[in-house]
Amino acid sequence: MAVQHNDNAKFLVGIYDDDDVVLKAVKEVKNAGVRIHEVYSPFPIHGLDVALGHPRTRIGIAAFLFGLTGFLCMVALTVYTMGYDWPMIIGGKDPYSLPAYIPVMFEFTVLFTALGMVGTFLVSNGLGPTVKPLMFDLRSTDNKFVMAIDLNKNKLSETEIATVLRTSGAAEVNVKQF
Amino acid sequence: MASIHSIPSVEEQYEFTAESKRKLTIGIIAGVVLVGLGAFLAAKGIGSHEHVEAAHGGAQSAEGHHAYKWTTRLWANVWLNSVYFTGAAVTGMFWLAYNYLAQAGWSAVFKRVPEALPAFLPVTGILMLITFFVAGHDLFHWTHAELFDKNSPEYDPIIAGKRGFLNTPFFLIRLVIYFAAWYGLWRLLRNFSLREDLEGGTEYYEKSIKFGTAFLVIFAVTSSTSAWDFVMSMDTHWFSTMFGWYTLASWHVTGLAIITLVVVSLKEQGYLKAVNASHLHDLGKFMFAFSIFWAYVWFAQFMLIYYANLPEETIYYRERFTGHGGIYQAPFFVNLFMCFFFPFLVLMTRDAKRTPIVLKIACWGIIIGHYFDFYENIMPAAVGEHGGFGPIEFGMILIFACAFIWSVSTQLTKGNLIPRNHPMLEESLHHDI
Repeated sequence: MAVQHNDNAKFLVGIYDDDDVVLKAVKEVKNAGVRIHEVYSPFPIHGLDVALGHPRTRIGIAAFLFGLTGFLCMVALTVYTMGYDWPMIIGGKDPYSLPAYIPVMFEFTVLFTALGMVGTFLVSNGLGPTVKPLMFDLRSTDNKFVMAIDLNKNKLSETEIATVLRTSGAAEVNVKQF
Repeated sequence: MASIHSIPSVEEQYEFTAESKRKLTIGIIAGVVLVGLGAFLAAKGIGSHEHVEAAHGGAQSAEGHHAYKWTTRLWANVWLNSVYFTGAAVTGMFWLAYNYLAQAGWSAVFKRVPEALPAFLPVTGILMLITFFVAGHDLFHWTHAELFDKNSPEYDPIIAGKRGFLNTPFFLIRLVIYFAAWYGLWRLLRNFSLREDLEGGTEYYEKSIKFGTAFLVIFAVTSSTSAWDFVMSMDTHWFSTMFGWYTLASWHVTGLAIITLVVVSLKEQGYLKAVNASHLHDLGKFMFAFSIFWAYVWFAQFMLIYYANLPEETIYYRERFTGHGGIYQAPFFVNLFMCFFFPFLVLMTRDAKRTPIVLKIACWGIIIGHYFDFYENIMPAAVGEHGGFGPIEFGMILIFACAFIWSVSTQLTKGNLIPRNHPMLEESLHHDI
């Protein structure tokens, strides 16, 4: 999820010790009517994306479109240069002989897909040279599981949400302002 | 996500019903009738045609044993189907071996399915031996002794140079070694697996890894050499350094499609309840990936020959593309479409790989497509212009397919359908992607 830097952003951060606890906590917190901003974990937790209600990723569609772009670019290039602009006979074959151009079409399909996916990754994760990522708790890269809740996007008060977090099994509840 | 309580029981016993046995028997009988009909037509039609020719060309009668016999097409079909089903069967062993070597956990739950395939190997092995003894002289050009005789007008220096490899005793030794090694190692793994079911422990698992790895080492060599022997040596002059890979790719993806098809069918019949959408998804990925791999190897072989444009190499594609009155041109494109474009487009999305009916359609596409792959490789070399697609071809496929299903079904009844004491079973039951 891309997170834009916002001066008024105020988050409540629940720190959990165990992946099973945080997975159960997600359901409890949501049932209590709290909107969860995001959960951070040192490793992928099976079923977490479903519990959080994330929509299905559209990265496959993006990959297909990047690949298609690369493929069509090379179709256009080979058709224009060898078929139209400057036809040449190489090795006794027709100027436009499709099998000879399949490797370059294949390679550009792969290249465009790979580069496009790197770009998609950087944009969708809010990473880049000038972007300052939101770091809720450094320990989420180590051994803690972190649940972030955007107070501006919740109707419940700070204390109410803190109680929900604690009863769901959070070891600590911190306030984080950016 | 799935908790232990939602996992169905692993105690399942497959039943090979009298009803399915009856259907398969009818299938085999229908196949025999079709082959008989085709053979009758071939004997009538082409036999008389040759008789007229022989009467006209008295001077050419010295070449009489080169003349085409209608039985050649029959034996070529036996050979073609044997090669195809050998590949399907041995892929079961290949799958087991690399899954053991990688210590794969996810596939444990349906492991009995690939385990059931190689039981068909003796059938195809014996049929290939018989075919070679009966019709080897008609199918394999290199079996003609005069090619190697310097004083004969038929002397062929290129084929004579291959004599060290392509000679009858060595060919037969290789043929026997392939089947003995593949089948023997499978029997070992199969026995380990069935005993593990009763006794448990990790002893049999460790042993399976060891012997499975031995199989992979042997198969690395024999998959290539058997492809040269079974298919490439029919076009005796021609050779391709890609051919071993190419045939392995074809065999492998056929086997994967058959494994997937059997898993999905068993699930539809109410077996293998513990197989979930994630297992099917991974099987779909396997088929998708190896269809692309096949296309990659196919194109790599075609591309180099096309671009280098050397007559002794391009003749192979020329023969299939425009030769023999063009009868092999349609199968050429059917093959390419069914083996690459069809599975590529059908299996591309995630939902397709998780939907049993779509998977089944893709499986059938691959299975039929790769039959045409071998048809396209073997038939032009074996029967040339006398080939075609008639009752003999349909009948022979029917006989082999029914016999293969019979063999697989019999094997499935021989143990619990889920390997209950497999050390990786717990991981497999919780497979979730």
